[in-house]
Amino acid sequence: MSYPTDRKYTKEHEWITADGTIGITHYAQDSLGDIVFVELPKIGTEISAGKPFGTVESVKAVSDLNAPVSGTVTAVNEDLATSPEKVNKDAHGSWMVKIKVKDPAESNALLGAADYEKFVSEEAGH
Amino acid sequence: MSVVEATPTVVPKNVRKTALNAVHRQMGAKMVDFNGWDMPVEYPASIGCGIVSEHMAVRTGVGIFDVSHMGDIRLAGREALAAVQHISMNDASRLAIGQAQYSALLYPQGTFVDDVIVHRLGEDEYLLVINAGTREKDFNWVRDNTRRFNCAVENLSDDFTQIAIQGPKGVDVLQKLTDRDLSAVKFYWVTRGTILLVDKSMRRYLGDTLIARTGYTAEDGFEIYVPSDEATSTWVWNRILEVGKEFGAVPCGLGARNTLRLEGKLPLYGHEISDTINVWEAGLDRFCKMEKPEFIGREALEKAKAEGLKKTLVGLEMIDRGIARDEYKVLDEAGREIGYVTSGSPAPFLKKNIALAYVPPEQAAIGTTVKVEIRGQGVKAQVVPTPFYKRPKKA
Repeated sequence: MSYPTDRKYTKEHEWITADGTIGITHYAQDSLGDIVFVELPKIGTEISAGKPFGTVESVKAVSDLNAPVSGTVTAVNEDLATSPEKVNKDAHGSWMVKIKVKDPAESNALLGAADYEKFVSEEAGH
Repeated sequence: MSVVEATPTVVPKNVRKTALNAVHRQMGAKMVDFNGWDMPVEYPASIGCGIVSEHMAVRTGVGIFDVSHMGDIRLAGREALAAVQHISMNDASRLAIGQAQYSALLYPQGTFVDDVIVHRLGEDEYLLVINAGTREKDFNWVRDNTRRFNCAVENLSDDFTQIAIQGPKGVDVLQKLTDRDLSAVKFYWVTRGTILLVDKSMRRYLGDTLIARTGYTAEDGFEIYVPSDEATSTWVWNRILEVGKEFGAVPCGLGARNTLRLEGKLPLYGHEISDTINVWEAGLDRFCKMEKPEFIGREALEKAKAEGLKKTLVGLEMIDRGIARDEYKVLDEAGREIGYVTSGSPAPFLKKNIALAYVPPEQAAIGTTVKVEIRGQGVKAQVVPTPFYKRPKKA
């Protein structure tokens, strides 16, 4: 799996694009298995870097979604309420929320595609 | 995200493996520690698997499970029946040779040591199939409580690779591999037959193999017990998948096993039944034969029946959006805590979010509205009839 280079990644397996679109990675969806439930915040919610802002559930597990950076939610992918399995099919194309980023400098701490790929290959191989 | 587990490439120390461990890893299964066993939870989407697909395969076709982590205790000898009657709550005297029954081993308090399937293999020979997490406890308990009987108690847990072939087409798959006419084997009966293994140029027979029409999926199916050496186990596993191909057979992990058994309200030790839950609370009355004059736990159960239930197991279906999970709190409509969820999950076949929960009898009536506390919020649910899923009767 090659990870798109148009975005940055967290070690908790979320991605964020330069315009503040957030989702979870292919590695995350694969580890979770069949995703059956995505719970997202309302538009206008303030989310802060590293803190949970939503939940994604597979048949067997519940996981928090953590914010890659701080910001205010401007859009929510309502489609995932009825078709959460789309995240399994295309994790990098299935965004969850869009945010207005508070401080663009916060994303300097995130991983580039190559570093994230290296990180997950180590995590899978430990 | 916080709860993402990766399959370790090396089996962690002190974790037990079945003879098929290497096969599961080779197939790309996601492995988890289940009660001290390194077991497949699901197989990869790239081979048509994943919990939901595996679950659906068993409901509509056939799925193959490695359940070798289950334990087996053999009781044989002149007083084997008396021993089994003393340690189990169902009535084993009703078993014909080749018949099996669901039963349980109880503590003197009427709570569960474990639930078991009792197979009568011969005139004075019984096989108890027990849970993985309670293997040692069960064996010691059976041995200690049958000392006064003239009967040998053997732990055969490590001798067998146990493979479950589950689903309406399970019979078609297994029939391709045995000379025994499986249509003559009724549900909850057990027979011995030859398993035919053909591998390209080689032919091999596995004689005298135990074939039981049992399972833990609320579906028709078989469980076969083959020698636990890696070569034979691998051979049988691969052969079943190979002949199963035309019936759409897929390998299934513990994830689907759990959702399947939950839809069928089959209890899981440590969840619906445990050493603090008694038979009446768990609703297993019909497998407990109080007309038997004596068995361990009987006295306490008589007393418990007279005193009445404090909690009872019910089925819940979520009304509002949310998934109940194990150990979540159950609240009444006013938000007061009244019980807890023992098992909760999305139900892949029923396409509903379901749960089993203990609540007071006053709140157990079908149709009662309750709430399940999910991440601090009370989410509406309703008491519904169980089992959630019942397999269609054959015409």
